[in-house]
Amino acid sequence: MAEQPVAAREAAEQVVRNSYGRLLALLAARSGDIAAAEDALADALERAVTIWPATGAPANPEGWIFTVARNRLRDHYRSAAAQTSVVLHDVNGFDETWDDISIDSIPDERLALLFACAHPAIDPAMRTPLMLQTVLGLDANLIADAYVIPRPAMAQRLVRTKRRIRDTRIPFHVPDRSEMPARLTAVLEAVYGAYAIDWRGISGTTLRDSLASEAVYLAELIADLLPNEPEALGLAALLRLSSSRASARVEPSGEPIPLDEQDLSLWDAVAIERGETYLRSAYALRQIGRFQLEAAIESAHCARAKTGRTDHRALLALYDALLHVAPSLGAQVARAATIAELNGPEAGVAALDGISSAGVERFQPAWATRAHLLAQAGNTVDAVHAYEKAISLTTDAWTRTWLRERATRVIAAGTP
Amino acid sequence: MRYTLLLNNPEPEDVNISEEDMEPARAAFDAYAKSLADAGALVNVDILQPVAASTTVTLRNGSLQIQDGPFADTKEKLNGVFVIDVPDLDAALAWAEKCPATQYGVVEVRPTALFFADGQWRSSQ
Repeated sequence: MAEQPVAAREAAEQVVRNSYGRLLALLAARSGDIAAAEDALADALERAVTIWPATGAPANPEGWIFTVARNRLRDHYRSAAAQTSVVLHDVNGFDETWDDISIDSIPDERLALLFACAHPAIDPAMRTPLMLQTVLGLDANLIADAYVIPRPAMAQRLVRTKRRIRDTRIPFHVPDRSEMPARLTAVLEAVYGAYAIDWRGISGTTLRDSLASEAVYLAELIADLLPNEPEALGLAALLRLSSSRASARVEPSGEPIPLDEQDLSLWDAVAIERGETYLRSAYALRQIGRFQLEAAIESAHCARAKTGRTDHRALLALYDALLHVAPSLGAQVARAATIAELNGPEAGVAALDGISSAGVERFQPAWATRAHLLAQAGNTVDAVHAYEKAISLTTDAWTRTWLRERATRVIAAGTP
Repeated sequence: MRYTLLLNNPEPEDVNISEEDMEPARAAFDAYAKSLADAGALVNVDILQPVAASTTVTLRNGSLQIQDGPFADTKEKLNGVFVIDVPDLDAALAWAEKCPATQYGVVEVRPTALFFADGQWRSSQ
């Protein structure tokens, strides 16, 4: 008999894992009140854990939970309307019986929820945490820890953001064609933000990858729901391809391994193929964009697993195109490194000299790249100076050790 | 060159942060201080007690005045200082950017003019 509560709990947990976002989106879409929908869903899940051990889990757990949550929500609005003059939300639309309907046949409102989370009126810094909590059902404490923000502070910001969505009536709908490009960019950037959380660079922290797989899931969800949006497909391709090398990127000790020294057999071939499939679908729509270009750059690196070489000429064309649509310091430095591969270290240094963007003089990768190229060119004195500057800007211990080793080698080779 | 990072933020008690909630922040500060020390950049850290424990002393009006509480009663309080020794402002900013306090407060980066060590005044340069 001891297994039964466990089985019931597992059934409820299964619902959370697979369907939380779908149920929440459906409950919140009509009223725009995410917090009330979360409360109702939490109540329903709690009831499931209480009741299912005695009754056994129902044949259609999602339908059961949705019905209970919907009734809760309806009660909530009725009592709110009775107590105050709150406008009664569209409760009538909730009257259908869902008990015998499978989760796959009910409308998927998650896209609408994602667009609400990344609405222009929402603080960009809160879009990603809100998506993680509402669409994936991630615990607010886990989100706070990943961002290294005190838990109550994150909880308070999430509550405020949801209140704002409700009070300002931010609509839950998928934008039409005219709005789509700008709105979709905001959604995709928020998902990318979950992949690239990186305040770190401090040794001893291991949260770096904790949200990466959640981001990949969200990107693929959006790509699957918007199969005609090339940038949505591009982001799914980018994150799949980039994460395919995750286990080759660090030593068991935590030491990072540079791309050209990674063990190619550790690259995940299945993930690469999946990323390539998204990228091909994106290309077929013939409308290039930032995420597709970044995915294509990843793809060019991944190709080394098959061909044994990197096509630097193709990479240079991709960086040029990327800088045209989405200029960034990182891409400019990577372009200079690619030029060095093609035309020698002096040409790479000249390309670095050509970067005039603000902040380049305190951009660590620019100094580290300059140091390597100067060392290759045999300019020991300037290389050592550039290494010193790069080291002073490096807060990560592994990277600093690696730079110091390189600098020591350059000095040793440069002294007769 | 020495710089002092002045950590300004609301006190935990004022924003309902419990001891348990402080744990991840402590771990982050632990990693941060160790990273600075590992880089050979750390001179000194002091994390201060809440301003409720503060006392001010002045003789500027002629007589000794001793009062409870901080000098400036602001919403965000000076909560701690990291003194670091790095080559230049770029490096100081690179470290300030990684300070966990930036997530919920403001870190002021201020160059040191003079400091006293080994029995004499020294220039920070």
